[in-house]
Amino acid sequence: MKYICPGTMHSSNWIGMMHGHHGLRGAGQTIAAVFSAIESGFFQKLFTSSTNIFSPQSAPAHEIFRLSIFVLLVTGGIWITVTGLLLFVVVRYRQKPGDDEHEPAQIYGSKQIELAWTVIPILIVVVLFLSTVRVIFYIQHAPEPKQALNVSVIGHRFWWEFRYPGYGVVTANEMHVPVSSDRSHPLPTYLKLATADVNHSFWVPRLNGKTDLFAGQVNDMWIEPEKTGLYLGQCAQFCGVQHAKMLIRVYADTPAEFQKWIAGQEKPAAQDPAVAEGRAVFEQNACINCHAVKGTVAKGRFGPDLTHLMSRDTIAAGAMLNTRENLERWIKDPDAYKPGCLMPAMHLSDKDVDEITSYLVTLH
Amino acid sequence: MADSIPLSGAIDLTPRHKQPRLYLEVMHDWIVTTDHKKIGLMYIAAALLFMLVGGVEVLLMRVQLARPESTFLSPEKYNQLLTLHGTTMIFFVAMPVMFGFANYLVPLMIGARDMAFPRLNAFSFWIFFFGALLLYYSLIGGEGLYGGSGVPDVGWFAYAPLTERPFSMGRGSDYWALGIFISGIGSIGTALNIVVTTISMRCKGMRLNRMPLLVWLMFVTSIMVLGALPPLSAAQIMLLIDRYLGAHFFDAQAGGSAVLWAHFFWIFGHPEVYILVLPAFGFANEIIPVFSRKAIFGYPAMVAATVGIGFISFTVWAHHMFTVGMGAAANTAFVLSTMIIAVPTGIKIFNWLATMWGGKIRFTVAMMFCTAFIFQFTLAGLTGIMLAVAPFDWQLHNSYFVVAHFHYVIVGGILFCLFAAFYYWFPKMTGRRMNRTLGRWHFWLFVLGFHMTFDCMHIPGLLGMPREIYTYEPGHHWGVWNMIVTIGAFIQAIAVIIFVVNLVRSHFKGKPAGNDPWDAWTLEWATTSPPPTYNFADEPMVRSRRPLWDLKHPEDPDWKYESHAENEMAAQ
Amino acid sequence: MTTIPFTCDPQDDPWVLPYRGTVGMWCLIMAESAMFLIFVVAYIFYLGKSLSGPTPKQVLEPPIFITICLLSSSITVHLSAVALRKRSQAGFLGWLAGTILLGVIFLLGTAHEWRDLIFRQGLTIRTNLFGTTFYSLVGLHATHVLVGLLMLSIVLVFGVFGKVGEDHFHHYHTLSLYWHFVDAVWVVVFTVVYIVGR
Repeated sequence: MKYICPGTMHSSNWIGMMHGHHGLRGAGQTIAAVFSAIESGFFQKLFTSSTNIFSPQSAPAHEIFRLSIFVLLVTGGIWITVTGLLLFVVVRYRQKPGDDEHEPAQIYGSKQIELAWTVIPILIVVVLFLSTVRVIFYIQHAPEPKQALNVSVIGHRFWWEFRYPGYGVVTANEMHVPVSSDRSHPLPTYLKLATADVNHSFWVPRLNGKTDLFAGQVNDMWIEPEKTGLYLGQCAQFCGVQHAKMLIRVYADTPAEFQKWIAGQEKPAAQDPAVAEGRAVFEQNACINCHAVKGTVAKGRFGPDLTHLMSRDTIAAGAMLNTRENLERWIKDPDAYKPGCLMPAMHLSDKDVDEITSYLVTLH
Repeated sequence: MADSIPLSGAIDLTPRHKQPRLYLEVMHDWIVTTDHKKIGLMYIAAALLFMLVGGVEVLLMRVQLARPESTFLSPEKYNQLLTLHGTTMIFFVAMPVMFGFANYLVPLMIGARDMAFPRLNAFSFWIFFFGALLLYYSLIGGEGLYGGSGVPDVGWFAYAPLTERPFSMGRGSDYWALGIFISGIGSIGTALNIVVTTISMRCKGMRLNRMPLLVWLMFVTSIMVLGALPPLSAAQIMLLIDRYLGAHFFDAQAGGSAVLWAHFFWIFGHPEVYILVLPAFGFANEIIPVFSRKAIFGYPAMVAATVGIGFISFTVWAHHMFTVGMGAAANTAFVLSTMIIAVPTGIKIFNWLATMWGGKIRFTVAMMFCTAFIFQFTLAGLTGIMLAVAPFDWQLHNSYFVVAHFHYVIVGGILFCLFAAFYYWFPKMTGRRMNRTLGRWHFWLFVLGFHMTFDCMHIPGLLGMPREIYTYEPGHHWGVWNMIVTIGAFIQAIAVIIFVVNLVRSHFKGKPAGNDPWDAWTLEWATTSPPPTYNFADEPMVRSRRPLWDLKHPEDPDWKYESHAENEMAAQ
Repeated sequence: MTTIPFTCDPQDDPWVLPYRGTVGMWCLIMAESAMFLIFVVAYIFYLGKSLSGPTPKQVLEPPIFITICLLSSSITVHLSAVALRKRSQAGFLGWLAGTILLGVIFLLGTAHEWRDLIFRQGLTIRTNLFGTTFYSLVGLHATHVLVGLLMLSIVLVFGVFGKVGEDHFHHYHTLSLYWHFVDAVWVVVFTVVYIVGR
């Protein structure tokens, strides 16, 4: 059985005190059973979603989850009490038919009762506050271990730039991080968050709460996925017309998979002679003003880095799957799929689009 | 000793059967009036008009969100609607309707003839109305650079630098800033009027601790307006200077700080929501005792709690900013202040329950709405406590959980009290009762729709759905909940239409109400319905918190107990 | 036929409440203070954060003379109110004219300072953060001075035509409160901009 331990009071004791001494053990067992059910995935099964905040898979998300459940229980108790009183009052003291029309006793106040319902809420506040402070400091002051991976996140309208400063890698929208499955040797990923334009917010619910990307400052956060897999999220601070389609994909890889991925990302762009013509069309058009392809003349930074475009599962910040057809459609008319996005339609001939797409699909 | 003497306020010397007047004369009368009652009614009518507009805006949004990847609205339109909806509801519905009721009731309740500054009162109303029209003019006004939108589409809190020139090339941000700034002048004017009226215009014997709680709450609200609205005006001036004079207040390229806008906005924004809710508490404080047939429980504590909430509300603003990257210490401080404000708020709820306890509750439509208000506001307050827990907020911030929370407060709390206030004071304002059957239909339909919408809305938030998004992918299981939310919204719309029909119909054909249809205790019920222009023929004199109770129960007047308590305290 | 009810509480006789003009002006002062506070906060927050351009130390000289003028004008406006209550029209109009004159000198001094800053020193509202916050804050204050001067001038004109008497003392006192507020704001602005900020 696991308890939430706010660090100050043992929760089952406290709940027991609330309900009276003879209810102590029974209350404690009930609470424990509730926690078991929750931790075993009851909530997950009831409300399945890949972005369920009650489905944590990362150390900070777990801490938030446990605190949330504690808070829900406390507030739930308050709700039951107050609503119960309200229901009782509404039924018991309604005016009965055939009433004698005399006014009831006029009670103006009661010092003892008013003192009681001031002091008890203050005590509840103290408990909640102390539990909260512990988690705030745990998450915001977590010391960064030497082996942590560092990733810089730069928000753009309407896509995510991810840089791995330790490796010289630049990619977009899909972040790969190593999983941290060994509790004795944690492998968190520390993120630095900045924006190139307006405010954004990085939110992958199963990995941590969100942290904003605010213009003029750099913020920090960390994630520590404990199981391999794909974690979804999206921008959570209104940033304009396509705020809704600024999706995040975090892939937690095994260390071996991660090494393989990052090694691939470090390489310069593939140079397939079969698509030399496509590459020429690409490099002669304005594409290179916004996009970069490592090892070529394309050095634009306004749009996503395309060096390893085909290593990604989606394009347009998660708005479309990364297939040849979608790429072609996207290049022809981005506005049709993400109206208001900042990539203009290039008005190229069909042949040119075909050439460019053939080139792009070789960029693994 | 003159005990049970009828009230001369009941004598109306104005001839009731006037010559029929031209519409033009009637209109002119209303346009130039400085009578607080007429101005109050205009505020309320304008608020109702904008409520319908804001309601249509949200129904369109809800149709778009009912299914994933809907194409009913373009993202541009959706973002304009969400900005207009929030801005309209807060600035052109909730605030003016509260000012309207305050305008109408405060002078009557303190036995005054009018507000302290009647011409300022009229000016404040019209400039509010003009500001609102200016914002809505953006729908037909010209476009900005590069075809940028004229309609604001930056969200209702208009975070910089999204509102700066490079990212909002149209005129939308200007309409937003100017419309609200100008309207805000009206808010500050009315607030000033209410404060001065409360301090300087009370009738003889109406000491501060004998004022009706509604007056206390409007008084504290107005002081808060004087402190909270100017920061928003200041921030809007800064934004306009940035946009038009090339300044750098929120320009990160020049070292400016976007987070400064957030601070300034929420220094206004948080007290603002208490400005909206305190008048609603005021309505509850008048209605619940009358229909429980008991005096309000704990009047001094209610006053203290109100003042406490007023002060503390200026210290909690950054709980809207837990995710912007303030340090742990700052986050902790705002967690503390936010949790502290829950204490006086909870005290109020307990006082209402204690008022009803031992009473003889009459479930008029007004009382039904107030009872539902207690139930819903409790839950809203509790979700607020969840959001005060900063780490929990790091997940919930900017998600539909927050949207559900604040709508629970504003609709489930404030609007329910407002409906109660309509049913309660409509007879005083028009001389006629509202229809009870239609009222019950309104209530039950609205309760059904409200809970369908706002109970369910919490869930997509917990499942990771951010706010201010025009569409979403299938596969997150958000769709079914959004559909239920949308259906509930339409049910609420039907209920509101029934309400409006009731208002209009009752105005013309409602049963005559008489001076005091509810057997109530405050001064407004001592004069005719509607009151004459001068309110009371002779200035009232009071000796307790419930002057009409004293009159109706000369064997057991309030002042016996109040002075007894005062003597007790003096003796200690 | 009388009013509600009874014998009133003896403690409520006489029933005297504060003058509404004074209370109203304090409300206005509260609101304006809240607005000025935000501009002062922005000024302090951005101290030392300009990325370029002239710094306060380089271009600002404390405007001692016009400060003395403005603060003295508080004294003169007070004297004019006292004179009005004592029914001395000459005193009232004289001190009032003096107040306006001192206020005008203040504004002219500010204009002179700004001309120097803009054309010689190259500091405008868009130059850097210092320029932005300086002109906004000082400009906001100057605007309030201007409005005050307009109101005082209107009173002066009425006074010259003999329309202002001792029964207008309360109204005039209310206006003088506004003027004192404007001076008090200048004390804060002066301290923040010319002392702390340099």
